[in-house]
This record gives sequence, structure tokens and C-alpha cells, in this order.
Amino acid sequence: MTTPHDGFPATRRLILQGAATVALVGLGNVPFGLAAAFAAANDKYPEDAFKAKSEADAIKSLYGKTAEPSDKVKLDAPEIAENGAVVPISVSTTLTEVTSISFLVSENPNALAASYKIPAGTMPSVANRLKMAKTSNVIAIVEAGGKLYSATKEVKVTVGGCGG
Amino acid sequence: MVSTIRVRATSSGETTEVQALIQHPMDSGFVKDTKGEIIPPHFIRELTFEHDGKNVFVADWGAAVSKDPYVKFSFKGGKKGDDLKISWVDNKGATDTTTAKIQ
Repeated sequence: MTTPHDGFPATRRLILQGAATVALVGLGNVPFGLAAAFAAANDKYPEDAFKAKSEADAIKSLYGKTAEPSDKVKLDAPEIAENGAVVPISVSTTLTEVTSISFLVSENPNALAASYKIPAGTMPSVANRLKMAKTSNVIAIVEAGGKLYSATKEVKVTVGGCGG
Repeated sequence: MVSTIRVRATSSGETTEVQALIQHPMDSGFVKDTKGEIIPPHFIRELTFEHDGKNVFVADWGAAVSKDPYVKFSFKGGKKGDDLKISWVDNKGATDTTTAKIQ
């Protein structure tokens, strides 16, 4: 059995990343039907990005580029989370042409927590609840007009949500 | 069987606000049980919301999403009485689907 801690050998990881990128690029251009959309949704799950340990690797795997900080990305998270198992975090932005929003927790075993696709017509605003292993920076990434923008906030955790 | 998905979708005329709460353990694979054995990862990987034959929101989740996950978003359009179809798939291939009426 493999565990989430196991890394792939570098070559396999590269191949998987390449395949995922090709798949994403291809799907982006094809208006697909319902049945296809369901199948495609399965294909598109960014397995590698979720297995990456650091936020930099996760962002690179997910988007293939780096983000620049922007005050147009509003990240709402508590200063102190008493319970790291349930930390309410939300993001909204005044940026236009938003296609996805992702949440990362730097100090978690795997930095990427959630990634949301925002189709045209859906508001660039998401609220969810995440687990945090310990005090950490939380990073929101907004993909808008093909570029990445980020906001970062430190959340202090008094009881971790990922330890035994 | 009772659905694992609870949804409230409210139309304000121009936009529809959706809140969903799903019953799922969302085990991360990093936590040990009382015997000191690792609880294997078990979490929802994908959650989709479909309105009028089109995906309006797709979530890709890792194991760091909290137990019994909650998510909130809004989309343009959607009238009272319209169907909103919600489905999820977890890392073990289990799945659930429900259709909610927009209020």
C-alpha cells in the first residue's frame, strides 16, 4: 500500500505532470456535453498537485506558473483558530475573468487543500472549512485572465487538526 | 437511503447563492486511531454543482478539507424552482448525488 507520504520517482512525476497539463489544455478548448463533463471531471482531478508537499510545488503542479501577491484578492480567515480541524476560510476578489480559486496551507503535510473551478457566470467568491495541522500561512490563489494572484494570511492554531 | 448532501440554494433574482453541507469523514491519512494505527485516507475528491445542463461550480478537494465539509458560492442566473444537481466522488470511488430545488 502506498501512503500520501510516498513521493514518486522524479521521472514518473514529470510524466504525470506533463500528461495533466496536456489534459487541462485540451479540455479547456473543447465545449463538452454532460456525459463527457462527468468523465472529464474525473480525469482532471489534480492528483499530483494534492500530493505535493510545499505550496510552491503544489502551485507549480496545478498551474505551471507562479503567483504574484495582489490586494484585489481578499482572504478571510481567523487570526486564531482554536480548533485546527475546522478553520473557516473564504476568498473573494474584484478581479475579472476568474477561472479558478485555490486554497493552500503551508505547514500541512500536503500544502494544497482545495481547488475550485469557476466557470463563466459564477461569482469569484468561495467559502469553505479546512484542516490545519498547526500555525501556518494560508494562501489563496486566484487565477484570472490566465494569471495568478495571491493573498496570504497567518492563522494561529492552538489545537492542530491533522495530528494523532 | 438518506442523502449525504444537504443543500440550500436561494435565488435573489439575479444570482443564486448555494450552501452545501456533506456528511463525510474526510480522513486525511495522517491521524491514528486509539490503537495507534493510521486511519487510511478517505476523502471526497470531486464535488460538482450543475444547473441547466452546465457545471456552475467544481470543487477538487484534498484530505485537508474538514470533516463534514461545507462550501458556499454564488452564480448568475437560476430561478426559483430550478433544479440544482450536486454530486461527489471520493478517493474510494464511492459517490452520491442529489437534486435540490432553488428557492
